Amino acid sequence: MKEIRFHGRGGQGAVTAAELIAIAAFEDEKYSQAFPAFGVERRGAPVMAFARIADEPIRIRSQIYEPDYVIVQDVTLLDVVDVTSGLKPEGKIIINTDREAKDLKLQTEAKVIAIDATRIALEKLGRPIVNTTMLGAFCGATGEVSLDSVNKAILSRFSGALGEKNLAAIKTAYEGVRL
Amino acid sequence: MRKVVEGSYAIADAVRCCSPDVISVYPITPQTHIVEHISQFVAEGKLDCEYINVESEFSSLSSLIGASAAGARTYTSTTSQGLALMFEVLFNASGMRLPIVMTTVNRALSAPLSIWNDQQDAMAAREAGWIQIYAENVQEAIDLTPQLFKISEDPKILTPSMACMDGFILTHVYEPVEFLDESKVKEFLPPYRPEYVLDPKNPKTFGAFADPSWFTEFKYQQYRAMERSLKKIEEVSKEFEEVFGRGYGGLIEAYSMDDAQVALVTMGSLVGTVKEAIDDLRREGVKVGLVKIRSYRPFPEEALKRALKDANVIAVIEKDVSMGYESALLTDLKGAFYNSPIRTPIIGFAVGLGGRDIGIKQIREIVEKASKVSDAGIEDEFEIFDVKPECL
Repeated sequence: MKEIRFHGRGGQGAVTAAELIAIAAFEDEKYSQAFPAFGVERRGAPVMAFARIADEPIRIRSQIYEPDYVIVQDVTLLDVVDVTSGLKPEGKIIINTDREAKDLKLQTEAKVIAIDATRIALEKLGRPIVNTTMLGAFCGATGEVSLDSVNKAILSRFSGALGEKNLAAIKTAYEGVRL
Repeated sequence: MRKVVEGSYAIADAVRCCSPDVISVYPITPQTHIVEHISQFVAEGKLDCEYINVESEFSSLSSLIGASAAGARTYTSTTSQGLALMFEVLFNASGMRLPIVMTTVNRALSAPLSIWNDQQDAMAAREAGWIQIYAENVQEAIDLTPQLFKISEDPKILTPSMACMDGFILTHVYEPVEFLDESKVKEFLPPYRPEYVLDPKNPKTFGAFADPSWFTEFKYQQYRAMERSLKKIEEVSKEFEEVFGRGYGGLIEAYSMDDAQVALVTMGSLVGTVKEAIDDLRREGVKVGLVKIRSYRPFPEEALKRALKDANVIAVIEKDVSMGYESALLTDLKGAFYNSPIRTPIIGFAVGLGGRDIGIKQIREIVEKASKVSDAGIEDEFEIFDVKPECL
């Protein structure tokens, strides 16, 4: 089982991102689960969401304390939230930032992946909403869900031109982090 | 059809498949999404029913009392403060023998205000004369919906029922679920055709004044109906399995109980996490098992005795507290065993209050505490678990 923790700010769509990963994993014929850290969310406040992907039915329902992957949608969260808490040393953390990964000086043995998702989102969507762009980065950096399935999940949620713009943002992020 | 959806949407769809004639629900976190999806179905013409907008939970259940007495299949859903506001009406519904079905989303009761999950709300209503069945996951909550209509509407039962599902944990989770096939539901759940209905042409009265020469007999009949529902719940569970291919074991489910020395007892969404913890512990050689309670009211005394008789120690894990005397399920279980030959020590833990997260680590700690009881005897019979001394 792979466990993913999302850090975002209220209104950035962290919960939607977790849901879309669950839908994408299901498209890949895996079991999945996504849920928010049930808070009293306000726009701008730090929020968390979680997702699990597995080959077997998922029974556990606690929050995720030792994630395989962490996705940080807003680099300013690094100052207020311990985003690497419990992150497995062999895991990965993907951060939306215009800085280099090494300059972030994160206290973790896990691989740090920096992606300027805000720039990509502004270019492709015309809005600084990065949740779907970060999904593309997650997909490219981890391979835990296929790009096809992420695209299907996106189109199940966003139709028409908005769907197409999101796919373009995802593709750019996916290619940007793939090494 | 199998799909990843939010728990609340899945429940709304299950309700739609059961074709209630009258629905009256008042939104309250974390039950709101159920209301939104049901009202959307009604607005889109996907669910043909009378949808009554009300100003409170008191009115939602009150309006259903009238509708149910007039012969309608009726549904509502609430949580926490909403259930508390319904308290008076709960007893009226059961006393009038009206088979209303309610999805009770479990949430803590104020004060202090908490929107998060525990099971204090439903446990506080345990004497209200409603059947209470607790769901482990979204699929079970879906599948319970037609089962409860069938149980409640049986002429020998005629008792309202609650499908209890943990707030947020199950209402807001996205996970794969198998949707109910509407045509199969129609086959499984025939239309509600009550023998006694409010009808101007043939006047009757429901819930009328009963002086002391009658009241006891009403309560006796309610009590007997609830007893009969034990068998009915099992029958309907089997019948559901035959039609839909998914079974849950009726009143309880025994998990990994063969040769279990430590037996855990719990209900609701915590069951999944406990099963996961048990598999880990079993791999390490710890003989631990679980009895999941599905039906809390009626209380499955005989099934529990059979499932738990060989354990060395029983640890009840529940999300409620009875101020002044431990927690409700612990007390019930000890009561059930007192006049039996089973002398197994029983201890209890109140966990997850107001949404405190419970993971495998916490379950392992409870198993460790329970194991000590089987060696050294009971030290603490009841514990409010995971109290932070620094916050006191």
